[in-house]
Amino acid sequence: MQPETQAVHLAHHFPSLRTQEQAARLGMWLFLATEVLLFGALFTAYSLYRYLFPHAFEGASALMHTSWGTANTLVLITSSLTVALGIHEVSRGRNRRATLYLLATLAFAVAFLVIKYFEYSHHIHEGQLPGRFYSFAELQVAGASMFFTLYFLMTGLHGLHVLIGMGVLAFLTVQVWRGRYGPGYYTPVELGGLYWHLVDLIWIFLFPLLYLI
Amino acid sequence: MNELMRTLLFLPEQGTDYARSVDHLHYFVISATMLGSAAVFVTVIAFVIVYRRRRARQSTPVVEPKPIHEAVFIGLPLVLFLVWFGIGFPQFVALQTPPKDAMDVYVQGKKWMWKFAYPGGPSAVDTLRVPAGRPVRLLMTSRDVIHSFYVPAFRLKQDVLPGRYTQTWFQAKEPGRHQIFCAEFCGVGHSAMLGEVVVMEPSEFDAWVANQRRVVAAAQDSAPVPSEDVDVRTSLVDQGRKLASEYGCFKCHTVDGTLHIGPTWLDLYGRREKLKDGKWVVADEGYLTRSMMDPRAEVVAGFQDVMPTFQGRIPAPEVAAIVEFIKSLRTSTVRPEPSKGPVYAPIPPAK
Amino acid sequence: MPPSPPPSEAVYNRPNYLTADRGVWSWLVTLDHKRIGVMYLVLTTIGFALGGLFALIIRLELLTPGPTIIDAQTYNRMFTLHGVVMIFLFMIPAIPGIFGNFLLPLMLGAQDVAFPRINLLTVYLYLLGAGIALWGMIHGGADTGWTFYTPYSTTTTTKVAPILLGAFILGLGSILTGINFIVTIHTLRAPGLTWMRLPLFVWAIYATSVIQVLATPVLGMTLLLVAIESVFGFGIFDPGRGGDPVLFQHLFWFYSHPAVYIMILPAMAVVSEVVQAFARKNMFGYKAVAYSSLGIAFVGFFTWGHHLFTSGQSAFNAGIFGILSMFVGLFTAIKVFNWTATLYKGAIQFSAPFVYFCGFLFFLVFGGMTGIALATVSLDVHWQDTYFVVAHFHFIMVGGTIMAFLAAVHYWWPKMFGRMYSERWALVAAGLIILGFNATFIPQFLLGNMGMPRRYYSFPERFWPLNVASTAGASLLAFGFLIVLVYLVVSLAWGRVAGPNPWDSRGYEWDTPSPPNKENFPGTPVITHGPHEYQDTEDGGAGSEVTHAA
Repeated sequence: MQPETQAVHLAHHFPSLRTQEQAARLGMWLFLATEVLLFGALFTAYSLYRYLFPHAFEGASALMHTSWGTANTLVLITSSLTVALGIHEVSRGRNRRATLYLLATLAFAVAFLVIKYFEYSHHIHEGQLPGRFYSFAELQVAGASMFFTLYFLMTGLHGLHVLIGMGVLAFLTVQVWRGRYGPGYYTPVELGGLYWHLVDLIWIFLFPLLYLI
Repeated sequence: MNELMRTLLFLPEQGTDYARSVDHLHYFVISATMLGSAAVFVTVIAFVIVYRRRRARQSTPVVEPKPIHEAVFIGLPLVLFLVWFGIGFPQFVALQTPPKDAMDVYVQGKKWMWKFAYPGGPSAVDTLRVPAGRPVRLLMTSRDVIHSFYVPAFRLKQDVLPGRYTQTWFQAKEPGRHQIFCAEFCGVGHSAMLGEVVVMEPSEFDAWVANQRRVVAAAQDSAPVPSEDVDVRTSLVDQGRKLASEYGCFKCHTVDGTLHIGPTWLDLYGRREKLKDGKWVVADEGYLTRSMMDPRAEVVAGFQDVMPTFQGRIPAPEVAAIVEFIKSLRTSTVRPEPSKGPVYAPIPPAK
Repeated sequence: MPPSPPPSEAVYNRPNYLTADRGVWSWLVTLDHKRIGVMYLVLTTIGFALGGLFALIIRLELLTPGPTIIDAQTYNRMFTLHGVVMIFLFMIPAIPGIFGNFLLPLMLGAQDVAFPRINLLTVYLYLLGAGIALWGMIHGGADTGWTFYTPYSTTTTTKVAPILLGAFILGLGSILTGINFIVTIHTLRAPGLTWMRLPLFVWAIYATSVIQVLATPVLGMTLLLVAIESVFGFGIFDPGRGGDPVLFQHLFWFYSHPAVYIMILPAMAVVSEVVQAFARKNMFGYKAVAYSSLGIAFVGFFTWGHHLFTSGQSAFNAGIFGILSMFVGLFTAIKVFNWTATLYKGAIQFSAPFVYFCGFLFFLVFGGMTGIALATVSLDVHWQDTYFVVAHFHFIMVGGTIMAFLAAVHYWWPKMFGRMYSERWALVAAGLIILGFNATFIPQFLLGNMGMPRRYYSFPERFWPLNVASTAGASLLAFGFLIVLVYLVVSLAWGRVAGPNPWDSRGYEWDTPSPPNKENFPGTPVITHGPHEYQDTEDGGAGSEVTHAA
């Protein structure tokens, strides 16, 4: 990317492109901190109720399909790898390869949501639903419905963030394909990648709490 | 001095010794606050006058703070704050620690009334009678939303929560009447949820309790009757009977003393039950509620652990109605034949 | 440097940020932080008026022990809306949204904030959130109190979901503002502007922004959970389904206690500037004041449990939170000491902003001390949920923040609009406001001592006289505010032209014209010294000299 194209991206109130990029990154990290705290409220609720209903949570957790959860974990981790590779390719100016990596990331995101769809269907069919909708006869202990309330809230909020991330990535993929970003300026792709890594990271915390323990 | 400060500060009467000691801390804190504020006020006024601007572009020196200044103005307040905390916190701890020989009273807050029940009877609505000079422990819960039991004269307040018991205690100094407020917003009747603590001479209180129990016993015959004032607007007992039938309680529990899959409900309320693990428990509102929510936690000895949980299936007002129904199932006679199940104890005599 | 030329109409009539672009559309799509600040001024003033209207209705109802003008259900809605509107439409957004936006770039030597488009977005988020909440208000509105305690809020028949959703959106705007300011302060400082030369206003806004970023998401999630439970009945706070209603209180106050520091730190930011300008003296203890802002932000995160002393949590919890609450008070004590000491050997001009500073100081000291009194735990058992607490937080929020807000409005009015207001009317209004404030809230301390609980529609007769006194005070207070609004609006058209620096203040922002140009600085300023240096101004000395690099 030529310096004159760089100038197109420099906003008038920033003294240099470097400062602008630093500002964008700092802003993104701060935003990611807010996302962590958003989920933090749910993690807090989870910790409290796990402490209050240890047996119910163990029993309910055993009803989860660990194989699907593991598959989803692998899917997301791989998608983080592909998005990182995509950013790397943009920084080297190889936009075609970058587009392929970003499309792979999107494909993995779709796979994640598909697996989640099957999981949700299973739980709905079994009556393993939040709060007053809980009707799973085989586990009628105090706290069982709370597990599923938290399961649906936490994975639901996470799924919403996956969808938002997909939207962001789709937009960036188009821009990369069109050559809008290159070695001189690829900050938006970096920021999108950062967001995607957070989405992955949150799942890495959700997975053991909901599936493994 | 105490009276002067109390009146100046618009504080209510000190119904307990605890109230008096809290007020002493109050006087200490408020005096220091007034002094501190006055000091700042006077200093600022003085500076405004002495250091008023005299010329348009008057210059001023840069005055560097000496560490000692900051140290004093941090250190002094810090010491004062910690002293106050050191007085107030132990007072709070004392409030959370009832003495072992305290008389228990069960308190239920519900929209929009206070219900009081003494173990072994009687019960009352909105009026809490206690003896002077004896510690009284309040075991409190709510039937619906969070309320707060507040007696300004005792400087006493404790939230009452649904699904849980909270406790507090007091020892009233002398006979008198003190207002009870609800101090946690709970709906349109929040400011009407008033009550009264009636402190009586100990001998009068004992006589009152004994009389109440005699009256209640005499009014009963073999048919089950409600044992406490029923709110005529809702007849919780009838609702409870209907709900118990709808939720299938009668599949396992009888109301006439017959042994069945679960303990009979006749005379269940207030009964001391022996649990599977050997512990004893009094079947009060809390136990009855817990049995519905988490039945496997406290199974009565001699019975199977087969009761399902109703948590999430019965809303709180309906739980209350069922409990009220159970409470209404009383006879004055003890069952004649020996039972294979729990052991019954007669209603404990008045203290 | 020769004294600046006297102001003239020509100086005022040159194009500035207000007049450079014409038309409503230019305002709706503006990226100029100064215009955004003015939009926040208009919006938050409307919010304040609305919240004040609800307050007057409350106080009118409380003129008699029984029903007066409305029924209990409506009354419950009124105090809920008073709280929600005042906090989310005024207290949280006003000083950062107006003065943070307007002044930060000017104080930092920058052309704009880091993310101007996100800045504009926050204005629309404010409108959207306010609109949804208002829609909810009109269609019945919530009756839960602004604290939305469960299970009442999840089981009440009144509409809580729109107000919660509105608050969520407003919270998002607050978060974005915080991010914007933090990034601006880190990355857009002019050359030579080291951290230790930053105006103290910037330090406090920075601390505020940190709290906004870290605390608001937790509130957002918590309010969302209440809305979900209220609509779907998932039962996360419902004991009937294993939930714990006190969990809500912990989650709610984890935000809402730091939130009160979001409300007071910007006020302290303003006060630091006003006291230096009007005592014409450099701040005594710059570092102490700067760091204490950060200290308040940090320690403020660990004190939320003092709202739960009577909630049934353990004595151990109460002890921890009580002690930590004491420490937060210390940071304020540091500021009070340093502000007062700044007056020593100063050259004080007793005009409207300084009068408001005085009010701020007295009320903050007194109100803050009552906060310490509450933190002793045993005293709080008596005062919790009574008018004592109401008086305490109104002393800080009205006696503190609103006094500072008025000081800010008067101090920076000429900067923003190039006009001076009537000093005589300003002093009259300030006097009425301070008098009215005392008359409104001191009786409420006494009502709390007597044991009158808050959120009470009806009350026993012994509380009657003090309630009447409080309502009388509130009327006076409202009248004072009205006078301020009138003479300020009048000044926009008929006020004396202010000139670039009517206060002869040495704050950095006064080196720009008043009103500033659309483009803040012709080049990049280079800063060579700190703000508010008044040591050598009499001999025509440099004072605050700013050189410009191309």
